[in-house]
This record gives sequence, C-alpha cells and structure tokens, in this order.
Amino acid sequence: MSVRRLAEDQPESFAFRPEAMPEVERQLAKFPSNRKASAVIPLLWLVQKQEGWVSEPAIRVLAEMLGMPKIRVLEVATFYTMFHLEPRGRHHLQVCGTTPCMLRGAEDLKAVCERRIGKKFVVSGDGAFSWEEVECLGGCVNAPVVAIDDYYHEDLSPDDLDALIDAMAKGETIKSGSALKRQTSAPEGGAQTLTSASLYDGSLAQKVDLPNRPQAGE
Amino acid sequence: MLEDKDRIFLNLYGVHDWRLEAAKRRGAWNATADMIACGRDWIIQQVKDSGLRGRGGAGFPTGLKWSFMPKEVKERPHYLVVNADESEPGTCKDRDMMRHDPHLLIEGCLIASFAMQAHACYIYIRGEYVYEREVLEAAIAEAYQAKLIGKDNIHGWDFDCHVSHGAGAYICGEETALLESLEGKKGQPRLKPPFPANAGLYGCPTTVNNVESIAVVPTILRRGAKWFASIGRANNTGTKVFCVSGHVNQPCNVEEAMSIPLKQLIEEHAGGVRGGWGNLKAVIPGGSSVRMIKADECEDMLMDFDALMAAPHRSGLGTAAVIVMDQSTDIVRAIARIAYFYKHESCGQCTPCREGTGWMWRVLERMARGEAEHREIDLLLDVAGQVEGHTICALGDAAAWPIQGLIRCFRGEIEQRIDRYRAARDVHQVRTPVAAA
Ligand SMILES: Cc1cc2nc3c(=O)[nH]c(=O)nc-3n(C[C@H](O)[C@H](O)[C@H](O)COP(=O)(O)O)c2cc1C
Ligand code: SF4
Ligand code: FES
Repeated sequence: MSVRRLAEDQPESFAFRPEAMPEVERQLAKFPSNRKASAVIPLLWLVQKQEGWVSEPAIRVLAEMLGMPKIRVLEVATFYTMFHLEPRGRHHLQVCGTTPCMLRGAEDLKAVCERRIGKKFVVSGDGAFSWEEVECLGGCVNAPVVAIDDYYHEDLSPDDLDALIDAMAKGETIKSGSALKRQTSAPEGGAQTLTSASLYDGSLAQKVDLPNRPQAGE
Repeated sequence: MLEDKDRIFLNLYGVHDWRLEAAKRRGAWNATADMIACGRDWIIQQVKDSGLRGRGGAGFPTGLKWSFMPKEVKERPHYLVVNADESEPGTCKDRDMMRHDPHLLIEGCLIASFAMQAHACYIYIRGEYVYEREVLEAAIAEAYQAKLIGKDNIHGWDFDCHVSHGAGAYICGEETALLESLEGKKGQPRLKPPFPANAGLYGCPTTVNNVESIAVVPTILRRGAKWFASIGRANNTGTKVFCVSGHVNQPCNVEEAMSIPLKQLIEEHAGGVRGGWGNLKAVIPGGSSVRMIKADECEDMLMDFDALMAAPHRSGLGTAAVIVMDQSTDIVRAIARIAYFYKHESCGQCTPCREGTGWMWRVLERMARGEAEHREIDLLLDVAGQVEGHTICALGDAAAWPIQGLIRCFRGEIEQRIDRYRAARDVHQVRTPVAAA
C-alpha cells in the first residue's frame, strides 16, 4: 500500500473547461443514469489532463457532479497511484522498475532520471520535468519501459533516455515505441511467424460454414 | 512450431491495419450472425468442447464459467466484464490484442454477451494503456457505425460495448476489485461468495473474463471446437500467446501451441538465452505470481497448466509470461523486487497481506545484502505460509509463492550470501585495533 495525501497548497476552485465537456458527457453516458459514480476514475483522469494534477476543489466538484460523498471521491483519488495529488513537471516520466525491466537495465534509467531531473516526484527547476518509479507497465517484452506523458517508450538504453529528455527540453515532440528497429512486440530482427501471405489476401473473409452447426430438429 | 494457418491473432505485431475493413479481410466478423443463429446453448457447448481455460491466470474453464450465469434474466440485467487490467509483471499480451486486433475482442464480446444474455459489456483497461484505449474505442466506434453492435444491429442482439479504465492499481485485475473499481470505488476485493455470476457489477449477474479468453472465441466457433482442442494436450488445449522477457536475445510475444516445451519457446522464438542455454539460471514461467523453476527443470518442461503445476516445482502457467534469468542475475534481489511489488500493490484490507507483504519484502532486502541469519530463511517460509491461503483475495498467495520458489531453488545461495556477509564482518572485527582486545 502506498500512503498518499492531498497537497498543502490548493487552488480556490476547479471547473472543467467548456471544451472538456463533450468528453465528460461521453464518459457519463457509458453508465446507467443511477450509477454515475462509475465515471469517477475517467473524470478524475480528465481533471488531471486539464490541470496536470488533482486538487481538492476538483474532488469537491466531482463529488457534486456524480452525487457522491466527497470522502468517496477522495478515497478514489488517493487509492489510484496515477492520480497526481500535487503539480508535476510539464513532462512526467514513469520509469518501470519491476523485475522484468530491472533485469534489462531499469536501474540505469532511474540513474539517468536522477541525474537529469532530480529526486523522484520533485519537479525540475524549470518546471519541465518530473519522474517516478512505477510498477510493471505491461510492456515487459520491450523492457525497459518508460511512459512519458501518455505513451510508452520501449527498449531504452540510458543514452536513448538522455536523448529523449534533450529533445523534450528543446520543445520537440518525441516519438513513442521501441528505440530499437523493432516491430512492436515482435522479436528484434523480425518474426518467423505470421509470414504466410494467405492470411492477408482476403481468403479468410470468404463465406465459412460453421463446423458442428446444430442439425435441424436437434 | 504452430503453423501460421492455426494462429488466431494474425496481427499480433501490428504489421497490418487494425481497422474494421482490414480486420474483416483477416476473417474477423465472418459468420458472426450464423453463430448467433445457432443459439446460446450451442455457443456455450462449443466453448466447453474446445477445452478453453481462462487466460487471466487461474485457468478456469471458460464454457463452464459461462454456464454459471442464471438461465433466465429476471429483474436484474446480466453483464459481461472484460478484464483488460493486464498488470501481472511479465505480461503484455492483452495489450497487443487490443491495439492490433481489437475487432476480434469486440466480436468476442458480442458472442459471449449473447451467450450469457447480457446486453451490455464493459471492458476495463488499465489506466496506463492510453494508446490501447484509444485504438479500442475507435474500433468500437467503427463497429457501432457498421451496425455490428449497438441497438438494432445486423446480428439481432442489442448490445452495447463500453470501455472504462483504471488509474494505476494492480489489484484491480482481481475480478471483484475490478467490479468495485467499475462502480467508482477503491479497488478492494470482495469476499466470495457471493460470486459475480450471482452478484457482480451493481449486484447483477456478471461474468468477468480476460481479454484473451474472449478474443479467441470467435475463431474457435469459426474453426470448430475440435480444431482448438486438437492443439496442445488434453486439459491444456488451444493456442496461447506467450510473453518471453528478461535475459533472452530477442524478447517477444508469440502465439504458440499450448504445451510447447519451454526450451523450444525460448530458443525458436526468443533467440535463446543470453550467453547460451548453459547460461540459464532460472525461469519464472507464468508472470511474477508463480514459483520459479531452476535451469535443469527447464530442460524438458512443457508450458501448460498441468505440467507447470506438478510437484516438486508447483509453479503455474499463470498468464504465460516467461521471465528468463541468466547466471548473472542476482536472484535474491530479483525476488526482493517482486516482493516490493506486492507490498506496493496490496490493497491493505487484510492484515496478513498488508503486514506480511511489507515484512517479507524487508527481510528479503536484507537477505539480498546477506544481512540476515540462516534461521530467518525458515522464518520467511513460515510467514509466507501464513499469508498464503489466509486472505480475501489471491494477492496474498501471489506474494508468497515467488518467495517459496526462491527458497526451494536457491536456499544454498542465500545461505552462502549470509555466510559471506558475516565472514566479511568478522574479518573487519579482527582488523580493528588489536590493542583494544
Ligand atoms: C491480484 C490479482 C490480479 C489479477 N490481475 C488480473 C489481470 O490483470 N488480468 C486478468 O485477466 N486477470 C487477472 N486476475 C485474475 C482475475 O481475478 C480473474 O480470475 C480473471 O479475470 C478471470 O478471467 P478468465 O477466466 O478469462 O481467466 C488477477 C487476480 C488476482 C488475484
Ligand atoms: S489479500 Fe491483500 S490485496 Fe487481497 S484483499 Fe487482502 S489485503 Fe487486499
Ligand atoms: S516489468 Fe516493466 S513493463 Fe513489465
């Protein structure tokens, strides 16, 4: 368990920007009208997208919107570790430190972050960066993995990570995915599987007769 | 090696387009209406006959699970919930299915929901999978647009498919914690019974299945239960997507036949162990929650539920995430890091898990430095045994098993490390001023 608390310094108020409202409505529409609380995680996520973190006034606003006691929203915001309870850098790095990534060099990536950004969770002086160590990101065959803002950067060497940080510092957009010349989760150098042309020539779209169909009268 | 014609996930690596038209060319949404016309009993029987066992970790027979849903829909609606939380260390297979072959999953959701008389399905995806969520939502929008799903769709079963998401909590992969999370609460597992089939989402009859369990169903029905059952071994049938990570030359995901020998999986698909097979130290074969097996046991191990569960290793297929460790691995630290994971992810509801995971992690950290005593190894085993089986959910077991595996395989190494640490300290003491003695 990790103990997480709200930040000391809080803004006065929170409101979704008008342009966020269609997405708020879309999330709410996924659930039965008497089950609005179900949207609390997606909406907290949208709060974070807009503000960069989840503030106490935002929690109050969501409680109101969803008809939930404030304490329940607070519980959710503190339970789920992706919610930032204080401001982060403009770019936030989640460095996976779990064993499969550790076996392939995650410790060296953490060292890069310490050198370039500073201590975990501390925002760099220019406000550009912050980082944390997270648990398995679910990209282990492309270890080590770092999620930067929303997307995964995979198969990273310390130099690759250094270069990504340089690029972001210059305001460049960075490309997610494998740092090696590699097709997603396929083995480096190319897969020996899924090479038959007949899988992709449309023959599989021809009418099929289902095997073992129930016979009439059965 | 499994032949290409017997693979299900034809776009596993995302070489091809995931969108509807391309997915259809690969066979998705082919004859779906015919399957539905065959009726729900037929579908459930086919899934039973195929021998499909749940791909989320526990390996429970999928067809049987579906048959636990109430036969008749009373006042409470039925739900299908797809577990796309994929957070078990080593595991990254559902990710590929969602970002590269989403239509197989959506088609599976429709068929499974029809079979269980559910008109709505929620796919709960981990918060970190932002790209995967974007693709999946776009694919669902395509399916609505093409009237494959939704109200008055061409299949004749009104069906809504929604994606919701988490925000960083491994425990939400546990099915009842997932349901709590979907209801807008902390992800704390529920006591069972009642089981979800009786009281699941919003207290309604619900089935929770892993992404892969659902996504393979349309192909099973198209090709026939016999086809699926002919792959692998009895009770361990079908194809399976394996994730091979760690110290191999070419880590990868690959769909193979169930029961493939571990050595073949590593050598043919993952480029072999770094430094050669002889450099292998140990393998965790089913995601971090299972007990490891030693190099010599890997020699002729089959990758399936029954072979991996057998004594003396008592490991498991779990999520089929194979974590390979070569001789350079500091095995105690590798497991200490896994122990940290469970400490971090415990939801804190039950005392043995909340306190035990932290205690076990701290002891292992000391052991990794050698700063421990021999008798603490048995103490650690004792505590692991007290956590195992004494908690609300299986996270307690999952925390205990890797430690038990470590001690079974490498007790000698832990002892040596303790001896070395003490020897070093003794030397140090002798070196301190002799005059003081
Ligand atoms: C701590 C814990 C974490 C789990 N995480 C996942 C997960 O991420 N994905 C998953 O499909 N099942 C996970 N499971 C298993 C689910 O509880 C459940 O058994 C599974 O989703 C059922 O699907 P299946 O029958 O298709 O395998 C987890 C179980 C536990 C105890
Ligand atoms: S075993 Fe651990 S994770 Fe599971 S309910 Fe108990 S405290 Fe929570
Ligand atoms: S351990 Fe890093 S992505 Fe799984």
